Amino acid sequence: MYDITGYHEAHSLADVFAVIRTDPHARIVAGGTDVLVKNRAEAATYAEVALIGIREIPELQGIRLEVDGTISIGALCSFDEIEHDPIIRQHMGLLAQAVSLVGGPQTRHMGTIGGNICNAGPGADSSPSLLAYNAVLEIQSPTGTRHLPIRDLFTGPSQTVLKPGDVVVRINVAQADYQGYVGYYTKFARRNALDIANQSCAALIKVNDQQEIQDLRIAFGASAPTPVRAPHAEAYAQGKTISADVLKAIGTACLKDTKTHSGRNSKAFRDHLVTVLPGRNIMTALKGDE
Amino acid sequence: MKQTIAFTLNGEAVSCDVDVRQSLIEVLRDEFEMTGVKEGCSVGECGACTVIIDGQTMESCLYMAVWANGKNITTIEGVAAEDGHLDNVQQAFVDAGAVQCGYCTPGMVLSSEQLLADNPNPTRDEIRRGLSGNMCRCTGYQKIVDAVELAAKNGGVKTDNRNKIPFHVAN
Ligand code: FES
Ligand code: FES
Repeated sequence: MYDITGYHEAHSLADVFAVIRTDPHARIVAGGTDVLVKNRAEAATYAEVALIGIREIPELQGIRLEVDGTISIGALCSFDEIEHDPIIRQHMGLLAQAVSLVGGPQTRHMGTIGGNICNAGPGADSSPSLLAYNAVLEIQSPTGTRHLPIRDLFTGPSQTVLKPGDVVVRINVAQADYQGYVGYYTKFARRNALDIANQSCAALIKVNDQQEIQDLRIAFGASAPTPVRAPHAEAYAQGKTISADVLKAIGTACLKDTKTHSGRNSKAFRDHLVTVLPGRNIMTALKGDE
Repeated sequence: MKQTIAFTLNGEAVSCDVDVRQSLIEVLRDEFEMTGVKEGCSVGECGACTVIIDGQTMESCLYMAVWANGKNITTIEGVAAEDGHLDNVQQAFVDAGAVQCGYCTPGMVLSSEQLLADNPNPTRDEIRRGLSGNMCRCTGYQKIVDAVELAAKNGGVKTDNRNKIPFHVAN
């Protein structure tokens, strides 16, 4: 049995807010692949609390292309749904590729993108790509709706600015943030499947016909206490023509924004990955294999 | 903290009272005696507890029993024919020597059923990816991959079982 004090099935956001009003410690559960694992581990604030199920709430479902070109992903979309969705495959190949590397098939069927973001693991597979796409979260709370850029979400390992009663409803990406870009994601882990990234890197790039970089976005997982972008490297890359030296300089500049420390791998090895992964990802993305 | 749930289990409409704290695997094993569903790790890492829910493999150790309400669920017990004849995938596991202690086998077979329903002629790499959520501590996996290849060659997921196995291939 899970160590919970009760379960509420919310059929609407109003239901969620009503439960939170009477029990601020109640915790939202989506796919369960993170919350129920932490519950089994008796992690603080995950056990001996009531759970609120949100799987039936319509606003959190489905992937849409809005008339202004914005791609809107429901927070409850599973990794599998995102990987196979035609809109995502056509316009956000980097995200489709990143979520295809989550866990094993069962986890991809159960786990949700909203849960992956809200649990804020430093190595969460969807975060670097969503950072690169400048994703904006639509958050509803008892006091109304607000829009939060994902780069303002994370405050520390497994920590976010979200308050009890905040529900991430949708993840939106504007047309200008995906059109004309190509990307690639690399995940470093001990096993290919069923593992959490030891380190990961996403690169999203737009070049002109002369191979000049119009825009570059690089984001890392598990290379700092939170998933991070690499603004120093991105600024350096602006307008440069791709060459081995430029890629090398981009990689080196990334160290200004990552904060690695020795853990399962040494700091030297981690920093090496920080410097080489962006260039490899850029070249793979531009080859158009993915 | 009781709640009544009703769902389809291996083609049959069933219902029962569950404690909201229960996981699906507890209900399947304890209330319905579906002991082919194995618990290995309880935290979503080994795949021994795999069942098929509305056409998708999921881990029943990380699935709240109350979520089963209204769902269509297949366990390994729903795969063989009524008279006990093994289905194509099960037979291929036997013929390829893919079973040692057998603890992973129910989950492996269900993941293989789903894989072959989605992709009737998988490559060995596709088979490995399709089974990557299931761990086996005995076989070293080669014979399991052989078994899935053999099942594909022998016609994949047989249609007479498909009305029992609710695959709605979504993608
Ligand atoms: S028992 Fe469910 S994944 Fe191991
Ligand atoms: S046969 Fe023993 S775990 Fe796979």
